[in-house]
Amino acid sequence: MKYAFFPGCVSRGGCPELYPAALKVCDLLGIELEELRSASCTGAGVLQEKNRKLGDTLNARTFAMAERLGLPIMTICSTCQGVMGQAKKRLDEDEKYRSEINQILAEEGLEYQGKVVVKHLLWILVEEVGVEKMKALVKVPLQGMKLAPFYGCYLLRPTDALGFDETPERQTSLETVIEALGGDPVDFRGKTKCCGFPILTINERNSLTMVANHTLEAKGNGAEAMVTPCPLCHLNLDGFQGKAASQRGKEINLPILHLPQLVGLAFGVSPKELGMQRHLVSTDVVITRLSARAKG
Amino acid sequence: MHVTLQVKRFNPEAPEPKPYQQEYFLEVEEHFTVLDTLIKVREEVDETLALRCSCRASICGSCAMRINGHAALACKTKLSGVMDPHGHVKVEPVGNMPVIKDLVADMKPFWDKVRAVEPWLQPQGPEPEHEYIAPNEAMIHLTGVMACIMCGACVSDCTVLEVDSNFLGPAALAKAYRFVADPRDDASPTRLRALEQYGGVWDCTRCYECVQVCPKGVDPMGRIMALRDKAVHVGLDQTIGARHTEVFTESVRHSGTLDELRLAIKTPGIFNIPAQLSQLRWVGLRAMLKGKMPPIFHKSIPGLRHVRRIFEKVEGQP
Repeated sequence: MKYAFFPGCVSRGGCPELYPAALKVCDLLGIELEELRSASCTGAGVLQEKNRKLGDTLNARTFAMAERLGLPIMTICSTCQGVMGQAKKRLDEDEKYRSEINQILAEEGLEYQGKVVVKHLLWILVEEVGVEKMKALVKVPLQGMKLAPFYGCYLLRPTDALGFDETPERQTSLETVIEALGGDPVDFRGKTKCCGFPILTINERNSLTMVANHTLEAKGNGAEAMVTPCPLCHLNLDGFQGKAASQRGKEINLPILHLPQLVGLAFGVSPKELGMQRHLVSTDVVITRLSARAKG
Repeated sequence: MHVTLQVKRFNPEAPEPKPYQQEYFLEVEEHFTVLDTLIKVREEVDETLALRCSCRASICGSCAMRINGHAALACKTKLSGVMDPHGHVKVEPVGNMPVIKDLVADMKPFWDKVRAVEPWLQPQGPEPEHEYIAPNEAMIHLTGVMACIMCGACVSDCTVLEVDSNFLGPAALAKAYRFVADPRDDASPTRLRALEQYGGVWDCTRCYECVQVCPKGVDPMGRIMALRDKAVHVGLDQTIGARHTEVFTESVRHSGTLDELRLAIKTPGIFNIPAQLSQLRWVGLRAMLKGKMPPIFHKSIPGLRHVRRIFEKVEGQP
């Protein structure tokens, strides 16, 4: 299993713990990665507000690089995945549009042929690695640990750019991984909603209300921690949880784990190597419970 | 086939009115829609069940409700497509609007917001002697948004309205776009100035819920993004939202990737001291201590010149 790795900006920026955690987990899973170092940001839907064609051209450039390597792309961010999926859909469905964009790419000697596959690590875990292999690699089962899945909008909507028709299991992939690792997925209405991050600087009160709503609902339903495949959600749900709690006037303290951190913990990787100490909401509760289990 | 319909009900005339769930087991035809099923319940099982419906053909927009947690038109949703393996389907009234009874919601907040965007043509100058003529090309892109049937599905599932009832919401903003983008309307600058205020276009989170649930492909979020772009083009570029988009885009042009520190500092403005200090106090310092910080010196990607060339070509500016 080999992928062209698109780490995205945040896994090396605001969530520097995600990048090494993802590399470690892929190593244990036998997923070989070739990083697309010259690839640009996807635009995250923000750049697309100004100029969609510009975003599509930048993403077509990334797709062409992966095609040249003959590899599918692996993402570790719901937003990167969603934005790339939408760009790919527009480019694949409209040959004229693609050839217009390819003319711009030609000066760099690149061409996007419309064949690239773009997959989030979460989907790779479920579709390529498979539940059985994940189970076999578990050294510290999460047995009994109640975990709230939080997908991130762009890994859920719009469904026609996410391949849900062909692979409906993607819609419950996070629960599948939690179960495969021995955890108990907690259902809550907020799991498919917005974390509030995109409006953090624009309307902080609303953004923090979303953080408080989702974390408190998950906690109320018994969650001991939340897990997300989106580092942007992590920035808000972890980074701004303290401020959200203060706005709500209520303690929250719900650890928010990146998907590769959860997988890594279950595979027996040390919390330090997974960067758990870098979170703003302490992850000690999770670590203590798991180390007790490992000893027991 | 057998179905178990789990309906969220509410009777305002009960001694202690509160929502409750009621299950209906019934035998239905394979081709039934959710609406067919609800009508069968009302006609043959429980005549007290209240619901709104009329055309049964996705035209009138009366039967929007939440089916398995997401807003949809009951008449457009095939029952067999939404039944779980046990034959269960969950039906609730739309969200973000008060419930009158069972599946009937009070649409007043919806209509108030549509009215607030002044959804009528506002041309200037003397009335022409004949009809206003608009070329086909200038109107054709508006047909998508004109397809809105005002069912309220987008408003029901809007994640911002859920936390802030002041937000104009996807339906009203899509309607606003319909007039801002109409070549015969002369009020666009005034409209855009109103729409860039709190509760307007910049408050949308871009969560795609409205795009996903709209039964007519109106793409409300896409219209909101188009309104943002139009606002910036008429010079309304100093809102935090507009600055965020600008600084983000500039960062990608500058280094190929997002420089989060630059974004955090430049979006509110370097001289917006209270905002800067508040973020530093709450998150910045703690993040720095924990090592959860983007690098201070942001590195450019190899081959950056190709990214800049793409910007130049596509944006047509150096």
